[in-house]
Amino acid sequence: MDELIQYGPELFSGFLKNLLLSVLIGFFSLVVGTILAAMRVSPTPVLRAAGATYVNVLRNTPLTLVLAFCYLGLSDTLGLIFSTEVPLTNSFWLAVLGMSAYTSAFVCEALRSGVNTVPMGQAEAARAIGLTFFQSVRLIIFPQAFRAVIAPLGSVLIAMIKNTTVVAAAGYTVDVAAVMRETFDTTGVSIPIFIGIVLAFLVVVLPIGWYTGWLSRRLAVAR
Amino acid sequence: MTDNGDAAPLVQLEHVNKYFGALHVLKDINLTVSRGEVLVVIGPSGGGKSTLCRTINRLETIDDGRIVFDGQPLPEEGKALAKLRSEVGMVFQSFNLFAHKTIRENVTLGPVKVRRQGRDAADKRAMELLERVGIAAQADKYPAQLSGGQQQRVAIARALAMDPKMILFDEPTSALDPEMVQEVLDVMIGLARDGMTMMVVTHEMGFARRAANRVVFMADGQVIEENTPDEFFTNAQTDRAKDFLSKILTH
Repeated sequence: MDELIQYGPELFSGFLKNLLLSVLIGFFSLVVGTILAAMRVSPTPVLRAAGATYVNVLRNTPLTLVLAFCYLGLSDTLGLIFSTEVPLTNSFWLAVLGMSAYTSAFVCEALRSGVNTVPMGQAEAARAIGLTFFQSVRLIIFPQAFRAVIAPLGSVLIAMIKNTTVVAAAGYTVDVAAVMRETFDTTGVSIPIFIGIVLAFLVVVLPIGWYTGWLSRRLAVAR
Repeated sequence: MTDNGDAAPLVQLEHVNKYFGALHVLKDINLTVSRGEVLVVIGPSGGGKSTLCRTINRLETIDDGRIVFDGQPLPEEGKALAKLRSEVGMVFQSFNLFAHKTIRENVTLGPVKVRRQGRDAADKRAMELLERVGIAAQADKYPAQLSGGQQQRVAIARALAMDPKMILFDEPTSALDPEMVQEVLDVMIGLARDGMTMMVVTHEMGFARRAANRVVFMADGQVIEENTPDEFFTNAQTDRAKDFLSKILTH
């Protein structure tokens, strides 16, 4: 218990970095995932193929490999650098990039399963009044698809938040998990620290599950 | 209101063929619809009536032949096709009102997003149309809160909001409970009287008799017979049509 209290402030500041990462990755992956889903349901074969390829590659690659590729491949080898002065800032954005790219594949697939719940007639009616493909997706299909998959999207977000504990693979070594390992190097393994971190995640993640569950019931489309 | 004499027809189908895989669903269809005409398409299920109706706004593509609408061949895709569809109203068997939007929003969506009308003007017009079809009091409800007959009348208002040159009705009363059929037919008869060009796929022989200028009988993907309602119902020329009528008309 003493270790948890002693190292609490450092651990907490690490945890705040996980939260900041989560907010940014959540935003980017929802945007990119939505675009990918639109590509995957579009009538243009090239867009569909590009979307499918992206999703299949990213979704089936282990996250630590995606992050290591961003760090060692994109940044070190190919020279994608977000900050030349502060290495941690660079790896912070590499982590955001890698995890957003990874998570957006899951967002895309959740949303696409939602599209399948929208009856064909909705799209036909949208086209029949003269909406273009993208208008009908934006105004008719996706709003209904989103409502159908709020709960699964919540699961994707929860998984993403927990996944932020592996961002050390992108060289970002100050998140709560990295701080924990460092602490263990000096104190030895501490069960209270484990439990403290688990509780911190629970406090954030549990309400997301409750809220998305409530929201999905509230916004359910009556047919 | 039968023929507009020398005026060019609004819709012209020339040698239209369509296949669903190996199934030949439209066989060399030649058909015209004049401006202001109410054309009723009847015939046994699976005879290609709905498919024919849906080719006119290209919800179904055709494999062969030509469809001309208002002097122009149907555009194949993109903006031009969207524009054509905005000029051809469509009423579906299963209503297809936008489930996540209110009745009012269902009617204003097209005018606002496609025609770029102001929201206030679109709202005002929507309320007039909903008044006309008798649903104004329900304007802020969602489709699922309305009966089938009410939903279908909203669907007609939604089509009218685009000021279409023509409205296609694809079995508009087939999914309705019997007591709701008449309220929808009454609205359609009103439209016919006002001179709207209509193509109506239906099993409602009463509507055909009262409102149609012409009846087209389709079976097995072919137009078997075309005539005025009176002639068709009292004096069908083909055995196929006689057989069909004997099964559906109660004497």
